[in-house]
Amino acid sequence: MKICVLVKEVPDAAVEKRIDPSTGRMDRSGERNLNPYDTHAIEAAMQLREGGALQVDEIVAVTMGPESAVRALHKAVSLGADRSLHLSDGSLAGSDVAATGYALAKALERESPDLVLLGQQSDDGECYTIGAVVADHLRMPSLTQVVKLEVDGDALRLERQAEYGYDTVRVKLPAVISVGDAINEPRYPSLKAIMGAKKKPLEMVSAVDVGIDASLVGADGSRVHCGEFKEPPAKAAGQVFEDENTDETVAKIVDWLVERKLI
Amino acid sequence: MSDVLVYVLHYDGAFNKNSLGAISEGAARAAEVGGACDAVVVGAGASLGDDLCRSLGRYGARRVFRAEGPEGLAQPVVDVMDRVISEHGHRYAIFGGGLLGFEIGAGLAARRRAGVTMEVTAVRAQDGELVADRPILGDTKISVSRYRGELGIIIGRINAFEVREVGGDQAEVVDLSVEYSPWSMQAEMVTRGEQRGADIDIEGADVLVAGGRGLGNAEGFQMAEQLAGAFGGNAAVAATRAVVDAGWYPYAAQIGQTGKTVSPKLYLAAGISGAIQHKVGMQSSENIVAINKDPNAPIFEFSDLGVVGDLNKILPKLTEAIRTRKAG
Repeated sequence: MKICVLVKEVPDAAVEKRIDPSTGRMDRSGERNLNPYDTHAIEAAMQLREGGALQVDEIVAVTMGPESAVRALHKAVSLGADRSLHLSDGSLAGSDVAATGYALAKALERESPDLVLLGQQSDDGECYTIGAVVADHLRMPSLTQVVKLEVDGDALRLERQAEYGYDTVRVKLPAVISVGDAINEPRYPSLKAIMGAKKKPLEMVSAVDVGIDASLVGADGSRVHCGEFKEPPAKAAGQVFEDENTDETVAKIVDWLVERKLI
Repeated sequence: MSDVLVYVLHYDGAFNKNSLGAISEGAARAAEVGGACDAVVVGAGASLGDDLCRSLGRYGARRVFRAEGPEGLAQPVVDVMDRVISEHGHRYAIFGGGLLGFEIGAGLAARRRAGVTMEVTAVRAQDGELVADRPILGDTKISVSRYRGELGIIIGRINAFEVREVGGDQAEVVDLSVEYSPWSMQAEMVTRGEQRGADIDIEGADVLVAGGRGLGNAEGFQMAEQLAGAFGGNAAVAATRAVVDAGWYPYAAQIGQTGKTVSPKLYLAAGISGAIQHKVGMQSSENIVAINKDPNAPIFEFSDLGVVGDLNKILPKLTEAIRTRKAG
């Protein structure tokens, strides 16, 4: 079987994120990294392959994004993917979640995966939704925020926390599954894997190559328009200090609590 | 006509509070744009009796579309909502947040080529249309979504929509027989709503000491328990989703999006970064104290007192100091 892992390049967590006032879109320049949640999806794919309950013939990393996104694919390959597919096209810029999910689904259709894995959210967009969009376009079942994944015959047995406690759901393949960070501890890539990542096959495709309908993507094809930004209601900033002398720190905390009659 | 359709989640004979809030919000906003609010419920027939469904009228629902189907899974609900919207032409779909709301809203956006906005904190009527406010960039900015096309989908942040009783138990119940998509039937609920670990009451506590990843491991929670013990009386220990999923602390103690919402007099966050999913469950606490070794942790942006430092050094001494104070 073939597993496709959707990956995404996101701004490094330490970089302050901002909206570009000229375009109204998130400024995606600056230091970039593979979305940390996606490393858990790759690890889940690797564990399925190594677990042996399913025969995994190939793990393919798939991304959509500008040329720089190739670094996320190299990272994904260094973590264990066999090759990668990069959907890159100027016409996709400014796509909203629904349009992005559609475009990714078209790229995935070309691969006919038996399983699509992805991280449950991206560090930049805080969005749990892309997996469900992709799944409906692929006409596959979907489950998001999965924290345990086991092979159960021709299906996967998945656990996740939902509104009323933990749910266990059996999903027949093919399927689209997004995983949370509690699912596993991703391995560190070896130096050899990092060095070798650029030599693994990487195919770049355009929107036309994968049959994307241009009227459904990009800023014009998106059905949500976010052009206006407001400031949230101001909240008085709290006091923050660094612990240099713990006895003094504790005294300050206690005084603060006493002032507010909390002890 | 700008009608609103709301999915209402139910479990164990009761509707979800966030779903009821979505009806209240949907009914109020629909009225401002010349429409009405309808509801969709999906489940085993016995769990969705006529009286229960009619009671949604209390929150402002005009009609309740009821379909027999699997509970707790998103895609069957997408099938039902797709069918209702294709027959009745609702202009907006609103979800009260939570995990299923995200999944159904996203699936419906794909199915009906609609725009979707998540984490919405306010819906407003503007020029005869609904627009949605969504906080972004760690809640430092609010982005305003406007919709193009036939359907706009709004997924609320948890607790964003207030439950308001505006009518009586007179919603009209409309039964639907829906043929589900083959892929919707590929998922099967094995067990639902399993509670893991001890049953702890955190909702009634005046003081909560909440622990996150920064406590290091399950044993780290002993420091949190001792600190809560020092406060005495009505103090308890709470936890983030990450540590509950990791098995460090029981699910019943979890705060946030898929856990509980609390507003104690004092919320002391130990080793919690303050992700949005956590924040939504505790931001209405009266006083928030945060201790974290990462000076860039988002929690410092909404805490009243923040300490950058090592929990292993601070918590034991703080526990001792509070004990001494209490004894004195």
